Amino acid sequence: MNIVDQILAGDVRAVARLLRDIDDQMPSAREILKQLYPHTGRAYILGFTGSPGVGKSTLVDQMAMEYRKKGLTVGILAIDPTSPFTGGAILGDRIRMQRHFLDGGVFIRSLATRGHFGGLTKSTNDMITVLDAMGKDIIMVETVGVGQDEVDIANCAHTTVLVTIPGMGDEVQAIKAGIMEIGNIFVVNKADREGSRKTVRELRNLIELGLRRLGDQHWEPPIIETEALKGRGIPELMDAVERHRQYLLENDRSQWEAVTQKRAKTQLLETLREEALAELLRRMESRGVSLDDLVHKVTARETDPYSVVQDLLQCELR
Amino acid sequence: MAEERKLRILIAKPGLDGHDRGARVIARAFRDAGFEVVYTGCHQTPEQIVSTAIQEDVDLIGLSILSGAHRYSFPRIMELLKENNAEDITVIGGGIFPLEDIPKLKAIGIKEIFEPGAKLDDIVQWVRTHVKPRKAMVA
Repeated sequence: MNIVDQILAGDVRAVARLLRDIDDQMPSAREILKQLYPHTGRAYILGFTGSPGVGKSTLVDQMAMEYRKKGLTVGILAIDPTSPFTGGAILGDRIRMQRHFLDGGVFIRSLATRGHFGGLTKSTNDMITVLDAMGKDIIMVETVGVGQDEVDIANCAHTTVLVTIPGMGDEVQAIKAGIMEIGNIFVVNKADREGSRKTVRELRNLIELGLRRLGDQHWEPPIIETEALKGRGIPELMDAVERHRQYLLENDRSQWEAVTQKRAKTQLLETLREEALAELLRRMESRGVSLDDLVHKVTARETDPYSVVQDLLQCELR
Repeated sequence: MAEERKLRILIAKPGLDGHDRGARVIARAFRDAGFEVVYTGCHQTPEQIVSTAIQEDVDLIGLSILSGAHRYSFPRIMELLKENNAEDITVIGGGIFPLEDIPKLKAIGIKEIFEPGAKLDDIVQWVRTHVKPRKAMVA
C-alpha cells in the first residue's frame, strides 16, 4: 500500500510521520498533500483559544470524550510555544488528555510554534488536511496560549471557542480589538471562582456592542460557564457548537461557504507567499545576487528596502 | 523550503511512582538543547507510552523511573514497539537501577541507562551523537 492509501485508511504511523514531514517542511510532504486534498472537506474544525492556563486542554479533553460517546472520531492538534532562544519546546498539553491515549478513535499531536506568530503553527492547516483525509470527524485545534492579537484560528476553524476565566478580562481589555472579536462561542471556565457572573456580564456587554458594530451578524455568541475538570457546562458547550454548526449550514449554506472559502483562501495565500519567496530567492541566487550585499547597501543608505524589492520584482518576474 | 529536522523526544514516567522532578529536569535540558520534548506526566502504562510515541513521531523515548518497576515496564515497552513496527525509535532510561539489571536492560534493546550523577550535558551529547531524525517519506 502506498503512503496516500495508508493515510486514507487511517494508518496512525503513516499519519504521524507525514505530520512530522509537514512540520519540517519537507518538499516530499507537499506531493503527498496534493494527493490527499481531494479527499478532504468532511471534517468539522473546532478551535479553542485563550490565554495560557485558562483550561483549553482540559476543555478539549472533555469535548473529545463527548464526541466519542456519539461515536465520532476525533483529531487533536495542541500547540505549545517554542523557545525563541534555543528553538526547543516542552509540549505538555497531552497531560490533560491521558484517558484518550489508548482510544484508536482519537489522534493527538503536540506541536511547537517554531517561531510562527498568530497562535497556530505554519503547518497547522496542512496538518488539518491530513487528519481530515484520515477520516477524523471532528478536528480540535488548541492554540498556543494567546494574548490579544493571535487570531489565525478564526481563518481556520468552523467554530472558534474563546476561553477565559473569571477576573481576567476587565472591561478595558474586553473592548480592545483582536482576539475578543473572533469568538463564535465564549466560555468562562473555572466558573466556581469568584467573579464568574461579573465576567459573563462584561462579555455580554461586549458582544452586544460588537453585534451593533458588525450589523449583519445573525449569530449571537453564547456565553457558557464551565468547570472543565468536573465536566460542568460541557453538555451546554456541545449544544452551542452544534447550534453554531446549524447556523453555518442554514440559509443556503452561505455562512458555511464563507467559512470554507476563508480557510481555502488563507491556505492559498500562505502557500503562494512561501513558494513565491522561495522561488524569488532561488532565482536571485542563480543570478549571483547576494541578499547580504543588498542588506549592506540598505544599511549604508545607498538604497532602501522598497527600491530593492521593486527592482528585484521587475527583474525576476518579467 | 526544507529546513533542518528537529529531534522530537518523549519523556515518560512508567508505573506508579510520582516523583517526576528528574523527568522535568531532563525535559528542560532537552528543550534548552533545541529539541522538541513531549511530556505526558506520571503514571503512564507501557501501552500509553508507545501509543504516544507513535502518534507524536518521536525519535527517542526517555523513560524515567525510580520505583524498580523497570523489570516489568521496560521489556513491555520494547515488546510493544516491536509489535507496532516502531523499533526504530531509540529508548533510553534514567533513574535508579540495581547494577545487575543494567546489562539485562541493554540486552532487550535499551540503548543507554543514565544513573544518578549523570551530567545533563553528557546526556544531551549522547543524544546528539546517537539519535538522528529519520528521512522524509516519499509518496
